[in-house]
Amino acid sequence: MGILNIITYIPLAGALVILLFGRRSPGAIRMIATATVVIDFIVSLYLWYAFDPNKLFQFRETYEWIPSLGVKYDFAIDGISLLLILMTTFMGIIGVVSSYSAIKFREKEYYILLLLLQTGMIGTFCALDFFLFYVFWEIMLVPMYFIIGIWGGPRKLYAAIKFFLYTLAGSVLMLLSILALFFFNDGGIEFLNIKGLGNPGTFSVLQFHEIGHLIPPQLQFWIFLGFFFGFAIKVPMFPFHTWLPDAHVEAPTAGSIILAAVLLKMGTYGFVRFALPILPDATKQLLVPIVVLSLIGIIYGALVSLVQKDMKKLVAYSSVSHLGFVMLGMFALNPMGIRGSVIQMINHGISTGALFLLVGIIYERRHTRMIADYGGLAKQMPMFAALFLIAALSSMGLPALNGFIGEFTILLGAANSTAFGTIAYAVIAAIGIVLGAAYLLWLYQRVFWGPLDNPENANVPDVNKRELGMMLALVALMIWIGIYPKPLFDVIEKPVDYVVKKVDPAYFDKQPLTFPTTPAPAEHHEVAAK
Amino acid sequence: MTWGDTIYLLPEIVISLGACFLLIAPVSGFRGSSAAKWSMLVLLALTAVAVVASSALVQDIEQTLMFRQMFALDAFSIFFKLLFIVTIAMIALLSDDYLRNSRYSPWEYYSLLAFALCGMMFMASGIHLAAIYVGLELMSLSSYILAGYFKNEQKSTEAAMKYFVLGAVSSAILLYGISLIYGVTGTLNLLRIADSMATLVTNDALMFGIMLLGAGLCFKIAAAPFHVWTPDVYEGAPTPITAFLSTASKTAAFAIFARIFYVGMHHFRLDWQYVLATIAALSMIVGNFAAITQDNVKRMLAYSSIGHAGYVLLGIIAVNEMGLYGVLVYSVVYVFATLGIWATVLMLAQHEYAGEQVEDFEGLHRRAPLWAFAMFIFLLSLGGIPPTAGFIGKYFLFYAAVGAGFGWLAVIAVLMSAVSMFFYLRIVMAMYLRDGQRADVVSSGGLKLVAAICLIVTLLFGIMPTPLVEQAKISGTWVATRAAALTNGR
Repeated sequence: MGILNIITYIPLAGALVILLFGRRSPGAIRMIATATVVIDFIVSLYLWYAFDPNKLFQFRETYEWIPSLGVKYDFAIDGISLLLILMTTFMGIIGVVSSYSAIKFREKEYYILLLLLQTGMIGTFCALDFFLFYVFWEIMLVPMYFIIGIWGGPRKLYAAIKFFLYTLAGSVLMLLSILALFFFNDGGIEFLNIKGLGNPGTFSVLQFHEIGHLIPPQLQFWIFLGFFFGFAIKVPMFPFHTWLPDAHVEAPTAGSIILAAVLLKMGTYGFVRFALPILPDATKQLLVPIVVLSLIGIIYGALVSLVQKDMKKLVAYSSVSHLGFVMLGMFALNPMGIRGSVIQMINHGISTGALFLLVGIIYERRHTRMIADYGGLAKQMPMFAALFLIAALSSMGLPALNGFIGEFTILLGAANSTAFGTIAYAVIAAIGIVLGAAYLLWLYQRVFWGPLDNPENANVPDVNKRELGMMLALVALMIWIGIYPKPLFDVIEKPVDYVVKKVDPAYFDKQPLTFPTTPAPAEHHEVAAK
Repeated sequence: MTWGDTIYLLPEIVISLGACFLLIAPVSGFRGSSAAKWSMLVLLALTAVAVVASSALVQDIEQTLMFRQMFALDAFSIFFKLLFIVTIAMIALLSDDYLRNSRYSPWEYYSLLAFALCGMMFMASGIHLAAIYVGLELMSLSSYILAGYFKNEQKSTEAAMKYFVLGAVSSAILLYGISLIYGVTGTLNLLRIADSMATLVTNDALMFGIMLLGAGLCFKIAAAPFHVWTPDVYEGAPTPITAFLSTASKTAAFAIFARIFYVGMHHFRLDWQYVLATIAALSMIVGNFAAITQDNVKRMLAYSSIGHAGYVLLGIIAVNEMGLYGVLVYSVVYVFATLGIWATVLMLAQHEYAGEQVEDFEGLHRRAPLWAFAMFIFLLSLGGIPPTAGFIGKYFLFYAAVGAGFGWLAVIAVLMSAVSMFFYLRIVMAMYLRDGQRADVVSSGGLKLVAAICLIVTLLFGIMPTPLVEQAKISGTWVATRAAALTNGR
């Protein structure tokens, strides 16, 4: 059993230990859960040290699983999955620790589900066999369904079932696309009058990467459509986003954090890992509609955030906007855009996770999330206000914080994109950044400044040590990525180039190979392109 | 015909004699309900031994044809026979408490179950339409009586009456279809029908015959639009009998459906595939959407079983190897998940109709955490969510449908399986997300055993499906190669 399996199944083992403990002592359960996620995080740090940025897929582990179906148990990671796994294990700690005071009943089940969820998420990022990927992908739904449904807010049942059904509907269509890929590779059966390849039947993602460009465009289109529904619902892209505000608003704090930080990334990860490299023709064919939907998501998400009365809903809609950026960068189809997109996945996880955590902290104290109930909190909770400011600034993309790196790289990629062929998309997206600053600053102003006129806010205690610890860890990451993102760019360089090459094999013949890992002036590329 | 062939019929002989014994046992001095249960279980064990013994006589993968090629003792029939025996054994365990609390004789009940099993075993073996029909009628007549077994309950009697009248009509339709096919091809043997059809061009009488035959079979598997009897009968019948109807009786019909259409009617598949595809689509849509509105668990599961009939039809429509394997795998998966659910319903059904409303499941996770967990897994399995066996089963069927070029049908199927999660989650929601005390938890050893077996099978084949898949491949090979040979011959 290799390192990836260990990281994947440590949370499962922790869940089993908790299962044996009984309902008696919530304190012990919390301790076990915390120890599990901390160990998992420390073990996953080993990946960071052992990872070789010059190689693509590493730590590979392959076992036979269902030989008669061509299904293998195949784990490996590249730089993109590495970053996402590290974020998952890190956010796992935040999720568990933030639940200490938020979860007051059925603790045992709660921590078991949280740990199972983590196993599912890490497995999804590790799987290089489509069948295995699908199994992990579906397994994740169940714990999240319960976390929202049991520990959620007033409309939890509605939100939980909406979350489950939306995601399931998308993922079953993805299953059909996986089957179509299998058949094309296998070649046993003709459909759409297309003869397959006659390779041995397999679900290996790497094999599909190899044969992707051989798939005729009209078939690619249909396969892409299936993937699109599966991933776009998860991202969520406009107009498939309607489950997200409900799920976020009703979920407990840790549920929202994990949902925003990791679960939404499943969708974008799916695009960058599967849809783009396997289906290059369809990617280009459907580029404009997808980019337009992303732009609508950016602007629409920001505008809707602007008018929200509920803080958590505001942060939820801001996710729609931010994920629109991720999608835009990805479909720029150049290294710069995709790098920015991957970095922004991480950034969004950290910033939005922090915002959800902060909203959760204030909600625990006041049991309201309505912006109108607050005002002048900065006087009463100075530390909280400072932390909130940093998180908000990070989310809106202030230089020297992480959000800026991602958004700037994405905009550079979009502006330079030969696939777009126009700078208009980047310009529209830039409006989104302005709107992002608007809704976050306005939120901050209404909650923290002005007179402390609501007497109920008069005695709210500031953040305690536990909350401060979590937030400081997140803030440290924001600053680190904001100031020195090079290590992150280094590990994703190879995989991103790989994706670009798969989508457009001639890309690096047209463009110079020397892409600086830190953002360079845009003119440089334009000159180079000529 | 040689009398030596009789040895191959050993299981059927054992079960017939045993059924007769169960019928006369109380007259000849045997009394007591647990004696009846144990006699039934011993009989089933003997039958299972006989099946295994007779299967040892099958030397190669080639079937052993017997009695003027009326029956085949091949891996396909053995697979289903063993599945039927296990199913009936679990239904016997489920029935035990239910019968004890009633004032009806368990002996006749078990005897009827044994006769039904005998009919089902003939169905699984039959490769001759007359033999299949006789087996089907034996099973059907037994189940009509069983549905009305609680003769003083109005609901039960009503269910039996409806079932009998509609079942008789469907049998007549089936028989008419068979007679038309006989009229055109001059034979009732499926192999000869296949040979004879290969020489025919399209023929109205034959088409009409195939359609009538299909309609009769669709009634038996409860596919829309031949499904209207299902909710009423499932609701009214005693719960263990509902379990019988939704598992044993249905899988037996799947078995003959697959055998007849893969072997006998194969030549005209392009003509019937689309008709069946429409029926499958209709079943999935009607079954799953109608189930959403049901508050009664029995009715909900009745509609959901209509949907499941639609899924299995995918495997039959596909007419490829994976489709057949899918029918086999799905039958197993479906039987175990469904029986597990019925065990849970029965566990709640201490007084007459408790355990039948969705509200009765409220707060089950507190009162019976293990039962609630088991029920949750069974529901996930029916919904086709990994890592349960239901996912593997559905995977085969979707695979087969996409492979046969029925992509649109596969799209409907996957979307409907997402819809089905909506009402399965209603029960999950009641169990885990609500609190309530409506129904009492009374679980006996028999129910626990059934639930444990079903839970283990559902999880085991979900995580490690290889044994089941391999077995299905071995068992399906004869029918599959026969069908493949015909495909190439065309």
